[in-house]
Order: sequence, then structure tokens, then C-alpha cells
Amino acid sequence: MTDATLTSSINTSTNSAVTYRRVSLLFLITLFICLPFANLSINTLDPWDELSRIGAGFLAPSFSNYQTLTEALLNTLAFAFQGVALGGVCGLILSLFYQKTVIRQFSAFIRAIHEIFWALIFIQITGLSSATGILAIAIPYTGIFAKIFGELLNEVDHRPIDAIGSQSNTLNSTLFIRLPLAWQHIKTYTCYRLECGIRSSAVLGFIGLPTLGFHMETYYKQGQYEEAAAILYVFFILIGTARFWLKPLLLPIYVLASIWFLPWQSYGDWSLFTRFITEDIVPGPLKYAQGDLLSQSAIFADWFTQRWNNEILPGVLNTLILSQISLIATGFIALLLFPWVSSLFFNKAGRFTGHSVLVVMRSTPEYLLAFIGLLIFGPSMLPGILALALHNGAIVAHLIGLYSQVLVLRDDASTGINRYFFEVLPRIYRQFLAFLLYRWEVIMRETAILGILGIPTLGFYIDSAFEEIRFDRALLLILVAALLNIVVDQIATWSRTRLHIHQRPGSL
Amino acid sequence: MASITDTQFQPIVSLENEQLGYVSGKKAHSVLSDLNLSIAPGEKIALVGKSGSGKSTLLKHLRQSSSMPVAWCPQEPSLVPMLSAFYNIYMGQLNHHHWLQNLINLIIPKAQTKSDIRSIASTLEIEPLLNSSVDQLSGGQQQRISLARAFYQNADVFIGDEPVSAVDELQSRRLINQIIAKHSTVIIALHDIDLARAFATRIIGLKDGAVELDVSADNVSQQDLLTLY
Repeated sequence: MTDATLTSSINTSTNSAVTYRRVSLLFLITLFICLPFANLSINTLDPWDELSRIGAGFLAPSFSNYQTLTEALLNTLAFAFQGVALGGVCGLILSLFYQKTVIRQFSAFIRAIHEIFWALIFIQITGLSSATGILAIAIPYTGIFAKIFGELLNEVDHRPIDAIGSQSNTLNSTLFIRLPLAWQHIKTYTCYRLECGIRSSAVLGFIGLPTLGFHMETYYKQGQYEEAAAILYVFFILIGTARFWLKPLLLPIYVLASIWFLPWQSYGDWSLFTRFITEDIVPGPLKYAQGDLLSQSAIFADWFTQRWNNEILPGVLNTLILSQISLIATGFIALLLFPWVSSLFFNKAGRFTGHSVLVVMRSTPEYLLAFIGLLIFGPSMLPGILALALHNGAIVAHLIGLYSQVLVLRDDASTGINRYFFEVLPRIYRQFLAFLLYRWEVIMRETAILGILGIPTLGFYIDSAFEEIRFDRALLLILVAALLNIVVDQIATWSRTRLHIHQRPGSL
Repeated sequence: MASITDTQFQPIVSLENEQLGYVSGKKAHSVLSDLNLSIAPGEKIALVGKSGSGKSTLLKHLRQSSSMPVAWCPQEPSLVPMLSAFYNIYMGQLNHHHWLQNLINLIIPKAQTKSDIRSIASTLEIEPLLNSSVDQLSGGQQQRISLARAFYQNADVFIGDEPVSAVDELQSRRLINQIIAKHSTVIIALHDIDLARAFATRIIGLKDGAVELDVSADNVSQQDLLTLY
């Protein structure tokens, strides 16, 4: 036996299904560890009443405020186009140097902070202005684009680069050989990201920017369910038709039009920025501390201990618990729903229904679902889990549904539930785990954010700190959230390597 | 009782002037034309001919139009690569049980199921492989598991498309004998003419989209068979 075969026989169990079962069991154990700590209560007197009134709104949407609606719609698009365009350009530049560790770490850091957190920071500097919305999207998207473009540039066919010989890793070879080869993928991915950008932009309305989310929150809070439903319908149509009008060729026109519609504007200036950086975010005890270095650091340690006990520890624990339960719920939802979009199980009519349900679920941002869930169930982890699991579960279900379509089954293969468990589930399981691991980081990011709605994850403490104008505290907590995302990303990458799964589908 | 005696004499498959082919895109491709064929219970048939002569198409059609349950062993092993050999064999009986029972067996197999599958596996010399997933096994091993799956279907009619192509000559003879021992009617596509003559009572040869040869195995000469190739 050669060394290579020896290692491979040690690393891989002689039974793939057993490996999958072990990984799944590990996930289930974490679920049972988390469940006792999760608050899953229903805190409204009559959830069905609220649900039926929201449902009634969907049956009779009111477009009477069409002027407000149109303006919010155009704002949503303008923020998304400018933010994603800026992020795309910056990300592309960074991706050219993606082999450098410092660039990779920088990208990982800026994308680990959610666009809503960036927005909360920029509101302090540039106010409720177009600059805030654009930068809040552009900065994390730069990090995402740098990573994806970097990977795309790295994965191109290596033969043309080998052909020019020794100088194969220079900027020139990247610009003139790798970039043209990867360009098609880069365009496709940018279009997908724009769709995400529109969702992000809509959600930014919930913290005050004039996008669709702003009016949605107002209408729902005032009980105007007909008007709120109208906004949701507009949003669904926007996302649902994106593949018809979101073409790479038209992008420059859209970006120019959005700059004309929503010119760059900022209520801040450099002095505000300087003050924010040099005073506001400096930990309180350091700002006002007197005395020598020793006593200063003692005061700082005391401050940090308080932050640790009061905000960091409960925030991190709740974020971990909520995201872990949501991750596993996402898996269950995905496995439950994917047959409805697979020709191995349903005919055309059945699949049409399945696709419609999945499109609505995956185009509604988690934040929005959680917001509606909170109206129905009241504040607990339940709406958060439902929101994360429905949205992400629909995405994973869509992807494994697509994947299952290419499976070739034998002529006398069983049907129905037998087919599901014996023929299909074992064949899709590796892909399923891969998609779930890719979603892990996203779920963690979003879990932190749901805190703003009142679920006590990190976002809850960050939002409170901003409200109390304690920017030092807010920034420390944002850094903790970022660190958490980076750690999860690392664990997910490590697990994928262990499971030998590498391909990332275009829309994750 | 009458129905049972009836099926013993009724042909398992009877094709009259049939046209077989496949549709790709909007075009219909004819593979076999003017097909007249009747297969009686108890026959041991070898189907021979060049690759592309329509053997697989004919076998698929025979399976679909058979009046009796068929133990089916397709050319591609068509096993589930990630599942253990044990469960791949078990899948031969999926349609015999309620799905709930299948699901329980997927988690904890019943003792009876285990011993049934083990005894089939031992006749095919694959007992040590039962707990390995199929993606870890060689082509020859996979082919024997595919055969075990067909055996576990417990049908009287066996239809196989090159079921022993990936094992050596000695083993292929042993496996063919096992197939004959377990099934009363056997239809096998083969490329090995000697092997075909060794087991078959009837030999059907395909050439250029038609049945070129359909004779009793006793009356066929090497020369007749070679004209097919």
C-alpha cells in the first residue's frame, strides 16, 4: 500500500453513509444541548388573531399610498445599485491581491460585520443620508466580493498561465489571463449579489433609511396590514422578476440612473468622523482615566469585566444557541421541502407550487420574517428560529432540489417515500451538508442582527448601546460579533475539507 | 388454481411487430423494428450482438412488458454509492414492504432480514463486504452486489444486461450458474459467446436493428454466431 492510499483509507470510513450519520448526530447533539436554554414561548394573547389579520391584509392589499411606495421602491434600488457597484469595484481590486494574507484577513473582517451594524455606525457619522446606506452595503459587500472573486480567479484553467512560464503569479498574469477567463462567472455572481443587495437595502429601512423596510415597519406597527401587504407584494415582484431585468449589460445604466436619482449626500463632516474615531469609541474608563498606567489598566479591566458579564457573555451565548437551533431547523426544512421542486417526486403542477412557495420564502429576508413572526408570537427565540429556518431552508431546498434533478435512477427504482430515503437522500446528503455549512456563517450573521428586534442576541446589546449613546460599548460588541463570524467561518471551512466538499454553487 | 396453471403456459412476454426506440429532443430514433418475439416460462435465453445493436433497449422493454415480476440487473450497476452493500441488496425488496417498515429497517435491520441477505451474500462470496458502502468497492464487487440485489427480489424471471462483465471468466461461469439455479426463466445479454452457449437453451442474436438469429442453443454453430459480429 502506498502512502497516499494508506492515508485515504484512514481518513475515510469504509461506509460513507455512516460518516454522514455521525456528522448529523453531532449536529443533533448540539441541538439537544441548546434547546433547554432557548426561550421558545409564545407571548401574545392570541397569535391566531394576529396571523389572521396579517393574512387578511395579504388578501386585500392596498396600493393607495402608491407615491410613497414608488419613492421607497426607487430608494431601495438606488441604495442597492450604488452600494453593490461600489462594493463590486473595491472587491474586484482587492481580489487581484487575494493571495496576500493581509488582504484575506481584511476582507474577512469587513464582511464579518453585518450591513445593519455598518449602518448603525455610519448613522453616527454621516446621519440618515444616502452615504450611510451606500457605505453600509458597499463595505461588507467589498469583503464578500473580494473573497468570491479571489476564489474565481484562483480556480480558472491554469494551462494558459503555465504557458507563459515563470512569471505566473504576477499582477499582469492576473489582469490579462485570469480575469478574462473568470469574467463570465464574475458577472453572473455580481447579478446574484445585486439581488441580495436589494434585500439588504430593503431591510436597512428598519433602522430608519427611506427604503421599503421603513414603510413596512411603520405600517405593521400601526396595524395597517393592507398597506404593509402591498409593500411586500411589490418586494416579491421585484425579486421574483429580477432574472428578467437584472442583466449584466444593463448594470451600468442602472448604476448611473441611481446616482442621478439619489446623489451622494452626507450630513457629516471630517470633524465628526475624527471625533467618532478618537473620542466616541474609546472605552469610557480610558477617556476619563487619571493616574498612572497601572491604575488605568485596572480601571479598564474592571470596565471590560462588566461588559463581559453584562453583555458579551449573554449576547454570545444567546447568539450561539439561536443560530445552532436555527441551523438544524434549516436542515430539516430543506430536507422536507426539496422533493416539492424535484422531478423525481412531483409532476409539473406539483413542482410549480413548490417553486412558488420556495421563491416567496427565500426572497423574504430573515429580518422581515422575524419581524412578522414577532408580531404574531411576541418576543422569544421562536420567531427568530422560524424566520432563519424558513428563509435559509428554502434556499438549501432549492439548491438540493436542482441537484437531485440530475440524478439518474434505475428503471425499476422505488417511488415515493421509499425513493426519498433509499435512492435520493443518501445521494444528496454530501451536497446537503455542504450547502448547510455554507449557510452557517450567514445564519450566524443574521442571528446577531435579529437582536435589534428584541431577541437578546448580540445585536440586542449593540442596539441598546447605540440608543444609550455608548459607542465604545457598541463597537466592542460589534467586534465580538465579527470575531464570532470569523470563527464559525473557519470551522465551516475546516469541516468542508474534512468531508471533501468544495464546490460552491453560484448562489450562496 | 386455474390462474396459476395458466401463467405457467402463457408466455412471459409476447411481442408482435413491435417498434422499439427512444426519443431525444423532438426526434424519435428507432432502434429495433418489426420485432416478433415470445418468451415462455422456463427458457434460458442468451441475447447476443455487437454493442449498440439494441440489446439494452430490448431488455428494458422485456422487463416493462413482462407479465410476471422481474429480478432486474441493469448494465450500469445503478447502486446507491453511499449506502452499504447490505442496504443496496435490501432495496431489492423495497416494494414488498410498507415504507414505515423499510424505514425501521434502515435504522435497525430485523434479524430475519439480516440472515436472508447474509445467505444470498455468502452464495455470491460478498459477505465480508456487506458493511462497506458501495463507493468503496471495485467494479467486480459492485456487480456481484447488483446481482445479490436482483436475487433478493425473489422473482421467477431474471433479466440481466451484461451482469458478469466485470468479473473474471471462472467467476462469471459460477455466477451464471447461480442465476440459473435461483430463477426459472432467465434472459441475459452477453458479449461472451462461449459463456452464452454454455448456459442458454435459446440464443437470440441482434444485428442492424433486427433479430438476425433466434435458435435453440443445441442447433447453433460458432459460425452462425460470428456472423453477428
